[in-house]
Order: sequence, then C-alpha cells, then structure tokens
Amino acid sequence: MARTMYDKIWDAHMVDVQDDGTCLLYIDRHLVHEVTSPQAFEGLRLSGRQVRAPEKTLAVADHNVPTEGRANGIADEESRIQVETLEKNAKDFGVEYLEMLDIRQGVVHIVGPEQGFTLPGTTIVCGDSHTSTHGAFGALAHGIGTSEVEHVLATQTLIQSKAKNMKIEVNGTLPDHVTAKDIILAVIGEIGTAGGTGYVMEYTGEAIRALSMEGRMTVCNMSIEGGARAGLIAPDEKTFEYLKGRPRSPQGADWDAAVAYWKTLPSDEGAHFDKVITLDASNLPPTLTWGTSQENVVSIEGSVPDPSEIEDAAKRTAVERALAYMGLEPNTPMTDIKIDRAFIGSCTNGRIEDLREVAKVAKGKKVAAHVSAMVVPGSGLVKEQAEQEGLDKILIEAGFDWREPGCSMCLAMNADKLEEGERCASTSNRNFEGRQGRGGRTHLVSPEMAAAAAIAGHFVDVRKV
Amino acid sequence: MDKFKKVDGVAAPLPILNVDTDMIIPKQFLKTIKRTGLGKNLFDEMRFTKEGAEIPEFVLNKPQYRNAEILVAGDNFGCGSSREHAPWAIADFGIKVIISTSFADIFYNNCFKNGILPIKLSQADVDKLMDDAERGANATVSVDLETQEIKGPDGGTISFDIDPFRKHCLLEGLDDVGLTLQKEEKITSFEKTRGAEQPWL
Repeated sequence: MARTMYDKIWDAHMVDVQDDGTCLLYIDRHLVHEVTSPQAFEGLRLSGRQVRAPEKTLAVADHNVPTEGRANGIADEESRIQVETLEKNAKDFGVEYLEMLDIRQGVVHIVGPEQGFTLPGTTIVCGDSHTSTHGAFGALAHGIGTSEVEHVLATQTLIQSKAKNMKIEVNGTLPDHVTAKDIILAVIGEIGTAGGTGYVMEYTGEAIRALSMEGRMTVCNMSIEGGARAGLIAPDEKTFEYLKGRPRSPQGADWDAAVAYWKTLPSDEGAHFDKVITLDASNLPPTLTWGTSQENVVSIEGSVPDPSEIEDAAKRTAVERALAYMGLEPNTPMTDIKIDRAFIGSCTNGRIEDLREVAKVAKGKKVAAHVSAMVVPGSGLVKEQAEQEGLDKILIEAGFDWREPGCSMCLAMNADKLEEGERCASTSNRNFEGRQGRGGRTHLVSPEMAAAAAIAGHFVDVRKV
Repeated sequence: MDKFKKVDGVAAPLPILNVDTDMIIPKQFLKTIKRTGLGKNLFDEMRFTKEGAEIPEFVLNKPQYRNAEILVAGDNFGCGSSREHAPWAIADFGIKVIISTSFADIFYNNCFKNGILPIKLSQADVDKLMDDAERGANATVSVDLETQEIKGPDGGTISFDIDPFRKHCLLEGLDDVGLTLQKEEKITSFEKTRGAEQPWL
C-alpha cells in the first residue's frame, strides 16, 4: 500500500503495539535543554534509573543564557541554577553537554542540524514545542512534556498514538522579498492555530522544494503554531548536501548507505492524506501578525481588522481582546504602525541565511532613532560565520545590537525583554500576550521585514524599500 | 501519580479562545527546578497586577470560584509551548478537570501525566456547561471518569469519549515509565535489529 513519509517513519520505529492501538515508538535522537529537563532527571534519580542511551542524547542550555557579557556568567540566580543543574545532570548521567562558552552552543533546534545530530528518517524529540523544526530534514520530530522527557531518558521510547496525515502543497514561485516565514504565516492564517491539531503536516510543492534548508526549517518550525504535532519535508539533494561532513553525520560507507535509505523516505505516489491544503506562493505578500495569536495574520498592504464586521460572538470578543492588548485601532493600515523594538533571531529565524537577508536590507542604512534593534545569532557557529562574512560590521554600523547566541527575547526568560506597552517587530514564532515581556506587543515578521521596520521606524513593505 | 477519582466541584468559566501556555504560566516561573508550588502563579498575568495585587474581575479571584476544581474554557486550550509547568500549575491550584471543544496536542498529553482529565465536547455541550459554570458555587458539576459522564446542576447528563488506555492509566494512577520498562526485551531487540540495519544511528 502507498504510504506517506510519516507512515514510513512511524512504521520503522514501532517497538510494540497494544491491543487498543497504543504504540511504543523508538526515539533515535533526544535533545535536552535546561528549562524542561531538571524534573525529568530528578525523576530518574528518585527511581534509581539511568539514561538508557546517553549517546543518543545531546544537552545544551539556550533559554536562560545571557546574550551579552557571557564570560561573566549568569547574573540572575534562578537562571544560573537552572543552567548549572543541566550541566550537573548531563555529567552525572553521561550525556554530552555543550557549555555556554562552547562555539557550538546555541538554540537547541539550530544546534541539532548543525552538528548532524538531526538526520532524515529519524525520530527526534525534545522538551520543547519547536522540535518540529527538524522535520525539515525528513525526520519525525516533535515537542514533548517533561514527564515524557523522563520517559525517553529512561526507555528511549514514547507511548504514542498515530496522528493523521495532512499535505500542505505550496505551488508556484515566491516573489522577491517574500520568504519561508511568509509561507508559514500564510499557512497558519489559512488553517488557524488549531487547524493542524491531530495531524502531522507534510509540506510539498515547487515553492517548498525551492527553499534552502534554512527556509525549510523556518516552515517546519512553526508547524506547532498551526497545531500540528510535527511538520515534514522530504529529503533531497539539498538535504544531503547540508548534512555531508557535519560532525555527527554518517561518514564513508555509512554515508552512502544512509543516503540510499533516505531516498526511500519520500511519500509514495498515491499515498493517502486525510486533508490537503493548497497555496499559491506566487500570490503571497510579505505577511505579519496584528494580534495575539499566530492566525491573526494580514498582508503588509492590509489593515488592522474591524471587530464590528465579525458575526461570530466568540471570535469578535477574541479580536476585541487582542486589539485592546495590542493597543491598535480597527482599520489602521499596517504600514502606519510604529515600532519601538526589533528582534532578529530565534529557532525560527536565527540562521545564517536570515542574518544575510537582514544585512542586505540594513547595509548603508540606520536604525530609526526611536527604535532599539537587536540581532541574536542562533548559535555560536552562526555568529562565527556571520562575522567571517562581515555581516556583524554591517549590522553594527547600521545601529543594530550584535549579541551572543540563545533564545533571548523570543520568550524573554533571560534579561532581554520588552517593557510594558513596547511594540516589537519580531522574527520569532509567538505573539501571545506577555510572550516577550509583560505588556509587550509582538508582531511576527520575516527577517527582511523586521530589518526594514527597524530602519523606517514603522512597518513597511520590504518590496518597496 | 494519584488515582483519578470522581470529581464533584465548582466549575469556573473561562470563555477565552486559544488560552496559551504563556497565559497559564508565564515564563518567569519556568526557572524552577521543581514540579511543585506553581499553583500560586497560575494565570499570573491575568490574575495579578504587576505589583502583585489580585485583579478582582479574573474568574479564579472571585470568591465563588476560588476552590474551583473544573475549568470550562474556549477552543484550543493549552496551545503554545510544551511546558509541563502548565499542567503542574493547574493541578497545584486544585483543578482536576478541564473541559473545552479542543486542546493543543502536547498540553493534552501532559495533562494525563499529571492526573488531570481534559474532556473534549461539542460546542453545544461546552456552551451548556459554560452557562452552568457562570452560576458559580451554587451549581456544582460532577465528572465521573469510570462512567464517562458529566452531570450538571440541573441533572442533565453529558457523555464524553476518552482513549481507553489513557482512562485506565488515570483511574489506576499508573506510572508510564514503569509500564514501558516491562517491555524492555522488546526495546532491546528493536535496538539490535535497527543497529544492524542502520549502523550510522
């Protein structure tokens, strides 16, 4: 029978099926960070259990790390304790840990692919919802809670029931200055934040094939914001080229055998998808959010919605609540909205290609006087490469703050946060109330759009800059 | 984990769509290395001012809902991050049942690991229970996992579906890791086969 890529990876990892259909799924790769793991390691200690496969586990601190003055350690005591706890747990249980000053340190979902820890056809989990990022390589990757982190540490498996298959076909060619971020924001606008609940999404079509690995990671990263457990993109020559020679990628004869296997992964012709969504990339505008849910998307040419035009009472109330929180008036053109801050970084848009795009927009320009803009590379290796290419100089010259790698203001667990009422053009993934700081107002955009807004001082159509 | 027993309690109405895990437990409380003590920060930025004073309009600050054991909420409850701090905070506050039309996937899973029963119902049934919940402490709701039934204050009964394995684990308070380790031979055998077929892993 014709199978989807998800079906194939699922079948290949089945350890056991119970009579009621509940499955035990083998996990090939486990990424661990400091926020969602301390209680899991504590659970192991209390029950006298070990980490079953330390070599399949990789730990790195990213959420709490400071993005400046790192050599001085972490000033906030709770943050410091959490990072130290991860280091100690990794040591006690024999897990490799990339410490804060290691050049390989960075946001866990950027580190995995860079190290070749992320491979096609594998199952990958992490106590972090943006684990869906790794699906860009054709890996079945999703976030889990801390109890499940403990379960994977102890057993290298997860108790799962199978999700349904959804295909998201993005045809056509993206216009200039319209990016992977605009594709995924448009997808979420189309299906809603719960549209993918209970599904694994596979992205296909000409526009997806044309994306770089970086762009594919951006798309898969935000699958969770559409409610999907995971996102998948079939591996191809770009995937293999990205992975070849990475520290943990297969080498020699293993590489050839691995590539041969990876080529069998794409969905079969005629495989059944429970739901299919089709989008035309050639019509997509630069897209941004106006509200406090990622489904609140609008074209840069559009305006803030008017709740009085919404019939459904629950939806109208939700829009009114979002507008009040965001401090926006109905029908305001998006290009009239001024910003105070710009944040470029995160597991969504903190990779080298993102920084190159930002530098292109910023070159020879200045950040508006009333805007504070920061660029946080996704990892030490991204930072190093950007510096080799001279991107840091262009950005610093233009008035951007050039920081050390980490999650930073995507979720504001470290010192980087919005003040009450501040409005931010952010390349991250969540615009929830308080996400970037209590009372902070987040608009999700592509890296180019964030850079253009930082320079203009308000949102602008990057195609016209 | 404690066994899930029948809940007879006050239901609090939270008719907000897409209640996300940042609302349930903001990031500043994720720095803990413990599972306990998060109930006091549940819905922190909706429940308290920046200075820490209670916001009287918020449902769980109203006298009749302070001891609520059931939450009736809008669509897509628990969306956002995988933080298990969200169900930890909910359980620590004393809420044992959450009723909505839909839940985000990871949050839904996390509930079962913490003795919380998330119940998915039709919009009409959620609307009915939301009305009941609006009536406060005079209108307790009864949730029976064994019979998969909810009884409202006026005696009406609503049935709900639940995965049989999850139901069994909640009722018995079973430890997943312990259950899985009973299948250790199968895991070892899988690892051997896979190691031979895909030595690069």
